Order: sequence, then structure tokens, then C-alpha cells
Amino acid sequence: MKRRDFVGLTGLATGALFLPTIPGLGGNPVDPARLLEAVDPAVNKRLADAALNAAKAAGATYTDVRIGRYLNQSIFTREKQVQNIASGESFGAGVRVIANGTWGFAATNTVTEAGLAKAAQLAVQIAKANSKVQKEQVKLAPQQGYGTVSWKTPIQQNAFEVPVKQKVELLLAANAKALENGASFVNSSLFQINEQKYFASTDGSYIDQDVHRIWPTFSVTAIDKASGKFRSRDAMSAPMGLGYEYLSPKAADKIPGPAGSDIIGYKNSYDILEDAAAAAKHARTKLTAKSVVPGKYDLVLDPNHLGLTIHESVGHPTELDRVLGYEANYAGTSFATQEWKAKNIPFGSKQVNIVADKLQPGSLGAVGYDDEGVKTKQWDLIKEGKLVDYQKIRDQAHIVGQKESDGCCYADSWSSVQFQRMPNVSLQPGKEKMSVDDMVSKVDKGIFIAGRGSYSIDQQRYNFQFGGQVFYAIDKGKITGMLEDVAYQANTQEFWNSCAGSCDQSDYRLFGSFFDGKGQPSQVSAVSHGSATTRFNGVNVINTARKIG
Amino acid sequence: MAILSQDESQAILKKVLSFSTADECEATLSGSNGGNVRSARNAISTSGAADDVSLAVEARFGKRSGVATCNEFDDATLRRCVQRAEEIAKLAPESPEYMPLLGAQTYIAAPKSFAASTAGITPDFRATQIGKTMKICDEKKVTSAAFLNDEAGFVAKRNNKGLEAYQQYTNLSFSITVRTPDGTGSGYATGDYNDAAGFDAGALTQVAADKAAMSRNAKAIEPGKYTVILEPAALVANTDASLLAALMNALDARNADEGRSFLSKKGGGNRKGEKLFDERVTIYSDPTNAEIASLTFAGDGRPQKKMTWIEKGVVKNLYTSRFWAQKAGIPDIPRPGGWIMEGGTQSVQDMIKGTAKGILVTRLWYIRPVDPQTLLYTGLTRDGTFYIENGKIKHPVKNFRFNESPIIMLNNLEAIGKPVRVNGNLVPPLKIRDFTFTSLSDAV
Repeated sequence: MKRRDFVGLTGLATGALFLPTIPGLGGNPVDPARLLEAVDPAVNKRLADAALNAAKAAGATYTDVRIGRYLNQSIFTREKQVQNIASGESFGAGVRVIANGTWGFAATNTVTEAGLAKAAQLAVQIAKANSKVQKEQVKLAPQQGYGTVSWKTPIQQNAFEVPVKQKVELLLAANAKALENGASFVNSSLFQINEQKYFASTDGSYIDQDVHRIWPTFSVTAIDKASGKFRSRDAMSAPMGLGYEYLSPKAADKIPGPAGSDIIGYKNSYDILEDAAAAAKHARTKLTAKSVVPGKYDLVLDPNHLGLTIHESVGHPTELDRVLGYEANYAGTSFATQEWKAKNIPFGSKQVNIVADKLQPGSLGAVGYDDEGVKTKQWDLIKEGKLVDYQKIRDQAHIVGQKESDGCCYADSWSSVQFQRMPNVSLQPGKEKMSVDDMVSKVDKGIFIAGRGSYSIDQQRYNFQFGGQVFYAIDKGKITGMLEDVAYQANTQEFWNSCAGSCDQSDYRLFGSFFDGKGQPSQVSAVSHGSATTRFNGVNVINTARKIG
Repeated sequence: MAILSQDESQAILKKVLSFSTADECEATLSGSNGGNVRSARNAISTSGAADDVSLAVEARFGKRSGVATCNEFDDATLRRCVQRAEEIAKLAPESPEYMPLLGAQTYIAAPKSFAASTAGITPDFRATQIGKTMKICDEKKVTSAAFLNDEAGFVAKRNNKGLEAYQQYTNLSFSITVRTPDGTGSGYATGDYNDAAGFDAGALTQVAADKAAMSRNAKAIEPGKYTVILEPAALVANTDASLLAALMNALDARNADEGRSFLSKKGGGNRKGEKLFDERVTIYSDPTNAEIASLTFAGDGRPQKKMTWIEKGVVKNLYTSRFWAQKAGIPDIPRPGGWIMEGGTQSVQDMIKGTAKGILVTRLWYIRPVDPQTLLYTGLTRDGTFYIENGKIKHPVKNFRFNESPIIMLNNLEAIGKPVRVNGNLVPPLKIRDFTFTSLSDAV
């Protein structure tokens, strides 16, 4: 049994002693007041230099050091009560080296000059042990040193500075709204992350970064005791690279869904009270909604739903490490191989333009520099339906004949080794003016889907199945009512080639994945996906209702 | 920091409790040393090591609770840690689900969950093992991606009500995916152990390589309802959600009582005591089982004992928090560590021999809930899917997406094979009729 499993078995309801088992929220419980302390970069520089020097002395030809203070606070409530408030801190350092042309990595929570030097020596020892069975030498894309630089998420209000009481009151108020509007149960939570990361390398960079992320969310359940039926509706919020300002709703950030759908989408701020009330009504309606007739439908997908489809069917298959086979044993490989790309096969229709970026303000992926000291940027992945590039880091660029990293290397903790992770991957909005109502009005037989539901895709990213939170039938250009038991199954290329266009920029919003898993040992990362509401023609919809004894 | 002994860790915990002025105080000390190596494209891609020991202190005043932690163990730091927990407790709201800390508990004698062979693993051992897999795959002209992870750790608890617990553990897990150079074949094998002495990277590599070769040039057959033989690694995954783990995860009493579980009864209450599965289905947990030795206490200090969950198809017990047990007046049973599904003596090969028409599934993947009401899950086959005819593997078939519920699956049981260890559980291969495949996948 692993220690992580042991902690996992304790469950949430047993008290505050153990943190919840949500990935990325590891670390040690800590006094909330300590979350506001900062580490002096000068101290970090001295510690980092100890590791750089020790690794060099032990025979490393390249070294990078990440000293990280990873803070999180998670608040969990249900109905009228707080379930758990967990403030966590994980502090330590990871040292990555190349020795004998082979990678080695070691991490320690003894953050002293001696502790880091020891970790550096262990990393070199590991690299040398592995080099005995290694055939190819690591080749790093050249990287200039930036000297001493820093970057900070441009937040307006640090969520860690907001009193816990205020945050709890907001969640309980949202629960009250849900209960007033017909919910049987409601669980709400607020996740806040602050990564204080210091990076130093033998290239001559000393990079200090302060990264913030936030995610308010809930799940409302409605139960019909007589029939034993239960249905839930989750929040329409998105995890964001923002501060607590995300929870101060602004009218300009509210985007109504199609007429007759009763859906409100949110841009850069979120109205949790309004959404909780709506969710309770939706959950109640779902109990008696019509079960979908399986068949082909034109789908109109809201950005808060489409983001996950982009993530799974475009984001993952264009990761170069998957394409090359580095993830074959776990997450899988990709249909979008270099041979496939060379054939110039359309990934999608001409309407499909998808960009990767680590810059977009408010997004989860935005940082100044990645976790191997590369300045971040934006680049095209799919242009007018054709795959034009992948996502790559320093030791991969040479494999595809390129000279620089894309700056998308990330580790979820000081104790995890950094590797290629997905940047923000976003579908560009349509250039022509088009509202959601314009789009729906042209659909003869379709379904409008909003919210993140069930999702599953194969290990090469061909075949996928997605559900959602709410489904509305579209008949002859009009929303006619709610549907249930809906999931769509498609092949990635067929799906993106059936793309009939997106609404314009005014409808563009970010969706986010807060706990995206990849790698062995598994690591999480957070990533955003932007899009406007988009139409896909003739997609196969199945009915997921079953009977059990 | 080394793995602390029972005496060393209880000495620290006693000192921590002596610094407390709270009504109730509980301290947990836990730590681990571990390392890993990962390969892909027949070369080592990443490897590393990490160690961490930490102390968590929970202090309580009445129904208010506070937690603090530290990872240094001098008196001054320990004292500060206790004080901080007490300060937080004084500021915390009262918990409506407060339960007093447990007093002294009697735990069953600790099984052999710790093996010196695993705790003593070095970077050279890992490199040698992964080197062995790379050599085999080079010789066979196939490409492998593998992961070896080992960990040694301990957990110690003590509180001022008399509770005292301690146990050490070790774990080694290995998995390998082998692909053919033309990209049309893929095979998988996995193993996990408390004691590294039982680990043979070469044998597992051989299994995965054979499956990769056999699965080349798969034929497409129509999706629909098929008799399937699900290998143990298809029923429980070491990296992902899985059909049997989903069922075990759903045996929570509170969710059932609240009306939001497949175990909820129409009109209220739960379905404990009802026969919901084929009568050959029996699932129990036993921390002392030598093959899957696990911790004899839960995270909150409750003893883990041998416990039957499903017996002859009848739901016998549900696990619950201490609060819900008291409120609902039901037995106070913690969630288990590993669990055991009873089986027979047949190997997968024997089960193939007894199958007129069916599909052999090596692994299921990307399994996600579709409908919690019926425990309907979707996912895909992967890394070795074969058509069986007249007791023999006839040819490889293209991968399928399934939409299936473990409840329906365990009612459509045809045969149960011999259980093997998967991710700390003992799981038999199962032969199931009418397993629902809903579409084809081009993935290899």
C-alpha cells in the first residue's frame, strides 16, 4: 500500500486531520496566516547555487533547481455546514541534472545548502546509474540565461488574503440559494492555489514567480424519493488564473445561452449565487426531462462544455511526447504522428483554427517562464483545419528539427520532475458576427449542450464519448425543452471536420481543467481552453439510460 | 530521514502530546523514501527519488478542531506546531459532525507489509531492471515504455485518549506497454508487490511483448453484446478508474441512505441485505492476507479487520464515517484498504479453452462514470483484444468502446478464474456474457 492511498482512505468526513484526496492538493496542513509569508529570493539564490555547484562537482553537465513553496487552501461545505477547511503548504526543492548524457532527478524537503547539495549528488548518482543502460544522449535546445527576473499572475485580490469566514459565507449562501430552489443536497467548494516558484539553472537564469489560480464549484442534487431517481447539476464556473476578483460578478461578464435554454455563461467573473439557484431548478427539471432518442444530431456546444472536448481531442494528441511514444505506458500515444501530419490530412474543417499559448490573461496556463526556464509564447497548432505544429520542450525540439522549446514544461510540485505539459489550447472564435441565437435558429434537429459531464477517449485519441450537465432539444431553429440520458460518440477527425463554425468573439470564454493528470508517477496540471459556442453537424448521440434490478 | 521505528516514532509523538493543553490532541507521524524510473522508446526517460517525513497535530477544544504540521523534530519546533494547532482550533467554527477522538484500540497483529528487500532498493537496482526490459525489447525489435516505482514508509499515530498505532509498509509496482514497430500491435503487463523478491521485470516484459506481437493487424468486428473474458488488469487498474473499484467505491452507507447511490431504496433507506449480484460473487477485505498485506488501522485510527462486503451476491456491509454510523445507528465500519474477490482455480488460458465464442480483454482504459444511478461507466479496450472461437484465440480485434455497469456485469457472470494481485487487491479474471460494446476505436 502506498502512503498516498492510506491518506486517501481516511475520507473527508472524518475530520480535518487528513487533507482530501484531490490531486494537486497534497502537502502539509498549515496555519492560514503562513500562506501570506513570502520567501526571500536572495535566500533562494544561495540555496540554488549550493545545488548547482554540488551537481557540477559531482560531474553534471547541466543542472536546474526548483525551490518551491506550493500553497493551497480548499474549503468544502455541504448544505448549511462547513465540512473541511484545509490550508496546505508543501515546501522543498527538486534538482534535475544531466550527467553522462542522461537525466537524473532528486528532491528533498530539507531546504538547506547541505540538503540541496545532497539532493544534487543523488540526482547525479541516479543519472550515472541510468547512463549504463542508456543508448542516446539527451540533447537540449539551446537556452539563453535571463539573469535575475520575476513574474506574477496579474491578480486584483489575493484569495489567500480574503478571510476564510468571508469565503465560507459565500459558499453557504450559494448552498442556501440551491436549497431554496429545490435542491435536496448541495456540495460546494473553493480551491485556491499559489505556487511560489524559484528556478535556477546552469544557463544563468534565476527566475522568481508567483502564480495564482482559483476554482469555485458546486454540485447540486435533486432526489425524487418516490421513484428513487436522482439527478445532479454542477457549477458553470471555470477554474481561472485569477484572484478572488473572479467571485465579484460583473454584468458585462454574463453571456446568456440560447433563448429558451435558461443558461447563463460566465466570462472573467462568476455569479455563484445566481448559478446555484439555476442549478437547483435544472436538477429538478432533469428528473422529468425527456429521454433522448438516439441518432444523428447537429450539436451546438457551449464553451463551458466544448473546452473539455478540445482538451481531450486536440490538446492531448498534439503533445509531442505522446506523439513520440513517451507516454505509451500510461496516457497513451497519438494518432497525429509526424507521418500522419506529413500527409496533410485535414484535422478539421477550414473553420477550425486552434492556438496554443502560455500567455492569455486570466488563463490557468499563463506564466512568465516555464519550469525549465524558457520564456512563454503563443503558437499555432491547427490552421484552417491543418495540423501545423506540436507542443514541445527543450529535449524534444531537435526530434522534430526545431531549434527552440515552446515553453510548456511543468512540474506539479518541487518533488516531481518537470516534463511536457499542455499549454492553453483554444479554438479561435468565428470572424463573422454571429450570436448563439443566430446559430440555433439555423439548426433543424439538434441538441444544445452546456457544462462538463462524463468524458472518455481512447489512448490514441480517435474515439471519444462526452456527456454534459444540461441538454436542450433544438427543433426547427428553436429550443423546445430539456433532454436527459445524452452522450455523443465520435471520431476526433470526423468530429472536427463536421465543425460548421463558431459564434463571434463576443461569445468567447475560457473553460478550465484544474486537475489534468499525466505522467508516471502521475502529476496534475491546470490548463484553460477558450472557445465561442460552436456547431458540429451530424454527430452520433446515444441514450445512456439503463435498468438495474 | 530514515523510516522511523515504532519506539522512535512513539517517543516523538509522546513528546508532542506532552506539549498540548487542548481537550483532545492527536498526532500522526508519517514518512516515506522512494524512487522510480521510467522508460520509453527503449530508453530511460525520467527517474528520480524523494523522501519526506511529516508530523500532523490535531488539537481540539470542545467541538472546535485545528491542525498544524511540521517536518523538523527538535523540541522548539514541535512545541510551536502544537501551539499553532491549538490557536487554529480556538478560532475554528464548531463542527456539527464532531466525534470524540478514539481511545485505545486493539489492532490485529500487523501482517508482513514491510519487506527489507523493497526498502533497500538502489538506483542501480532500478536501472538494472529497466535495462533488462530494454534489452529484451531490443532483441525482439519491439518498443517498450515502462515504469518502476518503489516506496518504503511508515505511519504512526497517538492521541491523549490512549490510541496508539504504528505500521511500516513497502510497495513496488511495475507496468510495461510494448508496441510493434509498424504501430499495429500493442501489449501490456503489470505487477505489484510488498516484497521486491517476487518481482521479475523480464517475465512481465515477455508477456507484454507476446501480446504486442499477437495483436498486430487487428480485424474490425461489429460492436454489440459479446461474451468477454476480462483479465484482472481489465477489472482493476493501477493508474485509472476501473469497473470493480467503482463498485467498491460505491459501498458508502451515507450516500445510500441519502438517496444518491445505486444502493438507495425507493422511498428511502438502503439496499443492504439484498441480493444484487450473481450468487458466485463474494468480495471481502483482510489486511492480514499475505499476498496483499495492508495497514491494520484506518486514517482515523479505527481498526481494519476482516470484513465481508458482498457474500453470494448479497450486499452484507457498507462502510461509513463514525459520525454517520452514530447518527444512523448502523455498524461503524471503515473503508477497506485492499480487497479480495473470491474466485476459482481456472487460469485465463483455461477460461479461453472453455469459450465457444468471445473476446479476450487485456486492459480497459479511460473509464468514467456516465450515470451514478445505475453505475453505468464508459471506457475502451486497449493493449491486446482478441477474438476467441472454439476455445482458441482466433485473431486480434480492433479496440471497442464499452458502456457497461459493474452491477449488470456481475449479474451476467459465466465463470470466475483464479485471483491474482492487482494494485493491492486480489482479483480473478471474469467471463461475462452480454458485455456491451457501443462503438469501434482505431486506436492501437
